[in-house]
Amino acid sequence: MKIKEESSTKWFRLIAYVVVLVGCVLCLLPFLLILSASLSSNASILNEGYHLIPKEFSLEGYRIIFEVPDDVLRAYGVTTLVTVVGTLIGLLLMTMAGYVLQRKDFKYRNVFAFFIYFTTLFGGGLVPYYMLITNYLQFTNSLYALIWPGLMTPFLIILMRSFITSAVPDEVIESSKIDGANDFVIYYRIVLPLSVPGLATIGLFLALQYWNDWFSSALFISDAAKYQLQFYLYNIINTSNFLNSIGAGAGVTLSEGVPSESMKMAMAIIVTGPILLLYPFIQRYFVKGLTIGAVKG
Amino acid sequence: MLKKKGILHELYTNKILFLMLLPTLLYFLVNNYLPMIGIYYAFVQFDFNTSLFKMDFVGLKNFEFLWKSGKLVELTFNTIGYNIVFIFLGNVLSIFVAILLNDIKGKWFKKISQSILFLPYFVSFVILSVIVFNLFNYEQGVLNTVLQQLGADPVDVYSKPKLWIFFIIMFYLWKNFGYSMVIYLASITGISEDYYEAAKIDGANAFQRAWHITVPMLKNTFVILLLFALGSIMKGQFDLFYQMIGNNGLLFSTTDIIDTYVYRSLRVTFDMGMATAAGVYQSLFGFTLIMIVNAIIRKVNKDYALF
Repeated sequence: MKIKEESSTKWFRLIAYVVVLVGCVLCLLPFLLILSASLSSNASILNEGYHLIPKEFSLEGYRIIFEVPDDVLRAYGVTTLVTVVGTLIGLLLMTMAGYVLQRKDFKYRNVFAFFIYFTTLFGGGLVPYYMLITNYLQFTNSLYALIWPGLMTPFLIILMRSFITSAVPDEVIESSKIDGANDFVIYYRIVLPLSVPGLATIGLFLALQYWNDWFSSALFISDAAKYQLQFYLYNIINTSNFLNSIGAGAGVTLSEGVPSESMKMAMAIIVTGPILLLYPFIQRYFVKGLTIGAVKG
Repeated sequence: MLKKKGILHELYTNKILFLMLLPTLLYFLVNNYLPMIGIYYAFVQFDFNTSLFKMDFVGLKNFEFLWKSGKLVELTFNTIGYNIVFIFLGNVLSIFVAILLNDIKGKWFKKISQSILFLPYFVSFVILSVIVFNLFNYEQGVLNTVLQQLGADPVDVYSKPKLWIFFIIMFYLWKNFGYSMVIYLASITGISEDYYEAAKIDGANAFQRAWHITVPMLKNTFVILLLFALGSIMKGQFDLFYQMIGNNGLLFSTTDIIDTYVYRSLRVTFDMGMATAAGVYQSLFGFTLIMIVNAIIRKVNKDYALF
């Protein structure tokens, strides 16, 4: 009996290790393929295709990009600016909303919460939204078009409300009220400092969403100088014209030696690099957000 | 004493709270409620030169065109079909891996592998198009390189729409399964050790313990995730489909969903009336489905109802 139980536990654990390892390899493999291609010479890619290990090591892909880095730097700038501004404004508005919506003495909080939640159930669709942004708000080709659409989501507001409910006991708010603090002071002096872990989680969710956004550029931006980083990359992958333009800009005549394939992959690495580097430090905040969000429903 | 305490009185007493909420309410009013008026675009002859209510009213003509294009059934079928497969396989895979990952004892190994499995969720969908290009590109793609090394003929996957059903599902799982796995893992951590000890004494082996204790204990989490997913079953994974397929018409028969169709009508074919009609159809159909599902859940178990 004892021996049988032990062997089942061992088998179970063995399967666990194998499955998890295979899973990890599958999750990493595509990134390694891109990395390897970005470090290969273009000729070797053209002749022998993409490989897991570079057939012919070369940094030409990166070199070509950094010879005329203006465009990619500008796209970086746009995305950074939009991410920072959008995240700060979004955080301010959503923490205030989350705070108000969890105040038990605010009588119509559920009506307002439903007003916000309802937008996830029903909407006008893409065309009316497109017309709103372009025709009525007139955000076309401005950074507003990149910041406005992702500013707040019902999911993050509800998550923020849960965070505040669990981080700030009702009694603390009650007693501050008795001491004569007004509602904004309570928010600013007590709720915000107590909700820092929640702020980090919501802020990172929001920042990630802005950083990875390509759709707003695709819909509302035609001026290439205002492309977000992701859309800039998307265009490089999908437009054959791109090489001609960068070739002309660098004063390079296009020949077979121009590393188009390796340059595409190098660009992908440059665009994704910051996320991959930051990821180990920030992922626990996301894990926390998911856990709280799921518990509260 | 005031007898009538209406909404205005309440808002006045809590004016600071209300003012703090106001920007958010205005945002959703403009960003989400105002476009609902734009549903009217579905009922007019679209004209770029004039404003919405001056356009010619055409009744249900746009819907008629949409219906006659014969795409509606296919689009609906694809949208819902993919979502059902995503929900089913996504949850099964997440639960399976979460249970196994939970059993791993090495603390570092466990942490690092959880991070790696969650990683694809963090990269943008544009990277997905880079990966797809890297793998399936006819001349240099990894797939054909490997096939050639094995002595087989290269395959042009872009002319084989059926294969893409598999690819789309595969990449959906690759990108998203880490998200629900993290949630399941947290639920598993919350299960009391006592159950497992008791089962051990009764002679249950590791597989029986996982199947008869862990899996049933995940029911709550599963139901919550399922309901969320059912709520958006008419909303397709636009980013996923558009970044993998793009405007490649050869693959539409198996991979076109309502969202990609609407996007193309808006940006590529400029068929605004039909695009709005399709969007309205999607919204109404989706809304009806949510209402029905919610009503049923309310009957069965009120605690699980979405609202």
